[in-house]
Amino acid sequence: MTNKEEEKKRRGEEEKKSETHKTQFSETKNQKPNTKNQLTIALAGNPNAGKTTLFNSLTGLKQKVANYPGVTIERKEGNWKIDGEKSARLIDLPGLYSLDATSLDEQIASDVLTGKVENLAKPDAVIAVVDATNLERNLYLVTQIFEYEIPVVIALTMIDTAEKQKHEIDTAKLSKLLKTPVIAVNVAGNRGIEELAEKVLDILDTTPKIPFDININSETDNAKIFARYNFISEVVQESVKHNDVAEHQISEKIDRVLTHKFFGLIILVAILLLVFQTIFSWASLPMDLLEKGFGALGDLVKTTLPKGMLNDLIVDGIIAGVGGVLVFLPQILLLFLFISILEDTGYMARAAFLLDKLMSRVGLHGKAFLPLMSSFACAIPGIMAARTIENPKDRLATILIAPFMSCSARLPVYTLMIAAFFTGQTVFGFISVGALLMLAMYGLGIITAIIAAFILKRTLLKSPPPPFVMELPPYRLPNLRTVLQNMLTRGWLFVKRAGTVILAISIILWALTYFPRPTETASNNVVTAISEEKCLCPETEARLAEEAKKAEEEKQSQALQNSYAGQLGHLIEPVIAPLGFDWKIGVALIASFAAREVLVSTLSIIYNGDKEGTEESETLISSIKDAKKADGTPVWTPLTAVTLMVFFVLAIQCMSTIAVVRRETNSWSWTLFMVGYMTALAYFAAFLTYQGGKLLGFG
Amino acid sequence: MNLANLAIGSEAKVTKIIGNNPITRRLMEMGIIPGVAVKVIKTAPFGDPIEIRVRGYSLAMRKSEAEAIEVSE
Repeated sequence: MTNKEEEKKRRGEEEKKSETHKTQFSETKNQKPNTKNQLTIALAGNPNAGKTTLFNSLTGLKQKVANYPGVTIERKEGNWKIDGEKSARLIDLPGLYSLDATSLDEQIASDVLTGKVENLAKPDAVIAVVDATNLERNLYLVTQIFEYEIPVVIALTMIDTAEKQKHEIDTAKLSKLLKTPVIAVNVAGNRGIEELAEKVLDILDTTPKIPFDININSETDNAKIFARYNFISEVVQESVKHNDVAEHQISEKIDRVLTHKFFGLIILVAILLLVFQTIFSWASLPMDLLEKGFGALGDLVKTTLPKGMLNDLIVDGIIAGVGGVLVFLPQILLLFLFISILEDTGYMARAAFLLDKLMSRVGLHGKAFLPLMSSFACAIPGIMAARTIENPKDRLATILIAPFMSCSARLPVYTLMIAAFFTGQTVFGFISVGALLMLAMYGLGIITAIIAAFILKRTLLKSPPPPFVMELPPYRLPNLRTVLQNMLTRGWLFVKRAGTVILAISIILWALTYFPRPTETASNNVVTAISEEKCLCPETEARLAEEAKKAEEEKQSQALQNSYAGQLGHLIEPVIAPLGFDWKIGVALIASFAAREVLVSTLSIIYNGDKEGTEESETLISSIKDAKKADGTPVWTPLTAVTLMVFFVLAIQCMSTIAVVRRETNSWSWTLFMVGYMTALAYFAAFLTYQGGKLLGFG
Repeated sequence: MNLANLAIGSEAKVTKIIGNNPITRRLMEMGIIPGVAVKVIKTAPFGDPIEIRVRGYSLAMRKSEAEAIEVSE
């Protein structure tokens, strides 16, 4: 299913729901509206105020994550059982500092509170999550929510920390001054949750009053900000006693090390290294298991189902295609585990603080660093991680350059080429050419990404440098449940992709390499020829088995050559000839559009047929080396190998990335733009490499 | 004098926010309005951004952004 279909289906379900909702409502319309059983309640609060933790605790595991229509702001909602009979659609608004609609997040939140979002009723109440350790700034948002004339209950979080810091908060006084219920909640200690539910039910249908003098319509924006903060200052002065001025001491001490001018950077690099090292080493076992599992599943289906097209479709198309993508799931889960921990502890903001100067030189936000680093493992989690960047243009720029980072799927391609043409070669007698080439490929990706970001930020995505104004939240221990839930949500979104877009592309690519089928007679000839020779002596049996295997390989290779992919290979040969590629490489390029590492397996299938007479060319490497053009010159030279590597550094060649970009940008035009510009760049760079190399006398 | 000129560790009172754009607006929403006390905590490794303390929390901003905040010691 495509995203649109999903969206349609979801909307359909919601419409059904809202219809039943309406009937319920009309049946009870003579009663008070708060007797309806399905309420809509919005959860609003500053980032880092503990909103997500509260949301998870109120809704449990049943959460729906989607995007708001037309934008990529995440829409999270769940069902909150308030008491025995009443439940609510709990809408988790994006983390907000204000509701002035200057950012997309704020616009969406404002739309939700005014009931402007499709299929979403205007909330019956708002739970405003307020961090007790940071009252003044957190209350600013609350003063704005008052203006929406929706009943508000304040959930005061981090109250224990505030008490430890010796702030005495008089909640009763606070409540009186704000003319709104204030409940101290602590999810871990299960404190205040029931009381919160009671208060929410109490205030339904009350008409809230703005507890201070403000002229919403006529005053200037600045005057309104001043009025709100002046009111807040008075409230805080009356209801809070600061007994200890040296608050934030612990965070400040940790920061003396973690954001130290010199050690801060070293620690950052060490943390990132540790994260990526762990992702690689921890993920390798489950990845192997998944790979073997899908292999075994494929074998099982192959032997159980009757032979034929359906069997081939399921085994070679669906299981191989989707399985090849789902193998990345462990890496994605682990990366998001670490990202959640880094975000939850407050370190992520520090990392952005440390690196902003570097990143802003290319016009990106400090927060772009992590998605880009992650893309060295795999661009998919990297692109998903770009969600932490608030400004849509900066986020898009980050997404568009992330696939230039050499991911782990490029490694098989690099290693094959290096193994085939540069084994044992050294420069100055001790530096291996292979290592140098590898370094050059990673470098090429990074430099291209920097240049692309620089150009994009000055042309298509032109926008003033993203403001950096960012809170450095106090360090906190991560909440296990929030971390795990975040990780699982990301993993699930990826699996859903694999089940929809990636499934479709897998089937198309399979069909391209499968059809048209060779005629039965042609393919059976070899087999009949062999079976006629059948005798009982074991040597001949072995030889026959060997020949049958060869014949099978030959058949596969022939089939691939005659397939639509093979024909496409011939078709694009004139285009790729200037890169030194022949039609067989063309076929491999088309097939590896599914995933880069498919290049290796496709090459090995297609070169199997070329082995006549050369007994020793058993491996793919020697087949490649032995391949000859019509005029007898070798197809592959070291220069061709380098050209192919350069092409793979820059070309997108990964349907999963394309699918994820489509989802994350919510736009086919940007996705196609990305495919286009990356492919064009790859072609151009490969062209320069090959033709330049030839001029210089290589190859 | 603006916030970007303040030495590390020094405290001051905000007197005025210069300009009217999304950044100055965001600064004000974050609580930086005339009369509020601010303290410069540190600068990042490459000299920018800076970290300040305002209304009991830590806020990071680029020097170019801090230049819009007029202060008096």
